[in-house]
Amino acid sequence: MRVYADHAATTKMRASALKAYTDAANEFYGNPSSLHSEGQRAKEVLEDCRARIAALLGANANEIVFTSGGSEADNQALLSAAKWGALKGKKRIVSTAIEHHAVLHTLKKLEKEGYEVVLLPVGADGIVKVADAENAIDDNTCLVSVMLANNEIGTIQPVEEISKICLAKKVPFHTDAVQAVGHMPVNVQALGCDYLALSAHKFGGPRGVGALYARRGAPLYPLIEGGAQEKGKRAGTENLPAIVAMTVALEEAIAELPEVTKRVSAMRDRLIEGLEKVPHCALNGDRVHRLAGNVSFCFEGVEGESLLLYLDDMGVSASSGSACTSGSLDPSHVLLAIGRVHDVAHGSLRLTLDGTNTMEEVEYLLSAVPAVVEKVRSFSPVWRDLQEGKRSFIL
Amino acid sequence: MSLYSEKVMDHFRNPRNVGVIENPDGVGEVGNAKCGDIMKMYIKVKDGVIEDVKFETFGCGSAIASSSMATEMIKGKPIAEALQLTNKAVTEALDGLPAYKLHCSVLAEQAVQAAIRDYYEKNHIPYDEAMFPACSHCAHEHEDGGEE
Ligand SMILES: Cc1ncc(COP(=O)(O)O)c(C=O)c1O
Ligand SMILES: [Zn+2]
Repeated sequence: MRVYADHAATTKMRASALKAYTDAANEFYGNPSSLHSEGQRAKEVLEDCRARIAALLGANANEIVFTSGGSEADNQALLSAAKWGALKGKKRIVSTAIEHHAVLHTLKKLEKEGYEVVLLPVGADGIVKVADAENAIDDNTCLVSVMLANNEIGTIQPVEEISKICLAKKVPFHTDAVQAVGHMPVNVQALGCDYLALSAHKFGGPRGVGALYARRGAPLYPLIEGGAQEKGKRAGTENLPAIVAMTVALEEAIAELPEVTKRVSAMRDRLIEGLEKVPHCALNGDRVHRLAGNVSFCFEGVEGESLLLYLDDMGVSASSGSACTSGSLDPSHVLLAIGRVHDVAHGSLRLTLDGTNTMEEVEYLLSAVPAVVEKVRSFSPVWRDLQEGKRSFIL
Repeated sequence: MSLYSEKVMDHFRNPRNVGVIENPDGVGEVGNAKCGDIMKMYIKVKDGVIEDVKFETFGCGSAIASSSMATEMIKGKPIAEALQLTNKAVTEALDGLPAYKLHCSVLAEQAVQAAIRDYYEKNHIPYDEAMFPACSHCAHEHEDGGEE
């Protein structure tokens, strides 16, 4: 059996999206900027997609910019608000310690350019405190950026509450909703955000395509200069087949959301319940305020990469925040932010499910994961020390 | 996964000489949990020859395969020869490792040396301090890696 349990990394394209992709590539091959019939047909399809994506998010069509994915959308939102802030003499940005690198590395760059970046901590539950955000926002603040749902531990952030504070203080608010869109209800009016980033490959669309919602009137500068596509906000001939496929995928994801959420969260809860029986482990992130498909654990005395490799041999695709899997020496910044010490953070395992997974697969995970943890522990000197009392258990 | 060579995967899947030796003649433990890799090596010595060797490793595929390979390379060898084992030799025997994984394999060389040093200490055998360079495993800078 092969169980793909890494849907937070990327998803298989939905059949409907794949068909829409090839159909669009076949039929709408004109360049939307061309005046001829093929071009104008492509332009119509493009604008139809924009309207449909906007409708799914509660936005207006002219507030949607198609991008190459989540990273680009995050970059454009942050850099636009920062640039506008500098023009107004405001150079403080408030964000969180658990953002994706698409946000964190952009902020690091801005910091080097003289911006003051404040990263709010999270509690052991992996959730930012609204009061911390409120206290961090001052008259100099040009942007607040808080992700809607975390990619590693699945925690859902109090974005609505924080955006209300931003609105009252007239500070632009961005949310990285890449992990949320297509997996939980997302409406820009309800969220009250000025910017929102989404990415198609997280909900059964193709990779390399996404969108940035920017509220009408919010500062928006192009990252890519060139032609006048996307009203001058994003140059480059539009990736129409990908945009069509993203639209179809999102419509399908949202149409099936109530049913899928129910089914997937039941699988998640069964998986969490079963894995908690493994001795000396802990769930990462809040149990309730979490994405329907996210299961993230730390197992004491084991290292994550070896877990992943043995799991792969058993047919299970998962991911880990251990240092050795990332090519860096530090474990995931998210696990450190929720207070996991290095020793424990190295033993993390993330299983992310979606509607294509089945309860039968969950049962298989429940036999494979504890078996692999036990195997890795059987020759772990750390586990031996824990057993012999030479080192004390943290979990 | 093609991150690693077939050789690495073979040693990772079927680690040789894994386990402990009761009442060993020497034990060496290197690395630390902060860095993500810890290796423990046990040796049994008879007439200056490493008669038996076992290891336990907390670490990634590269760390486990390197430990396993290192034990194979020193088992049955005179101590003087085992002391010559280098990280480079272990890596070559494994048909190479990704560049960013080399630091995990350095531990194998260091674990062997630490076990032999312990054997010398326990048996009051004088040795040249210079044969055992300080552990440099965690001397490098920590940085951010990739992410999906
Ligand atoms: C929270 C979050 N933000 C941003 C991104 C980047 O999106 P993309 O891969 O489309 O650039 C991802 C995942 O890739 C993510 O999980
Ligand atoms: Zn390693």
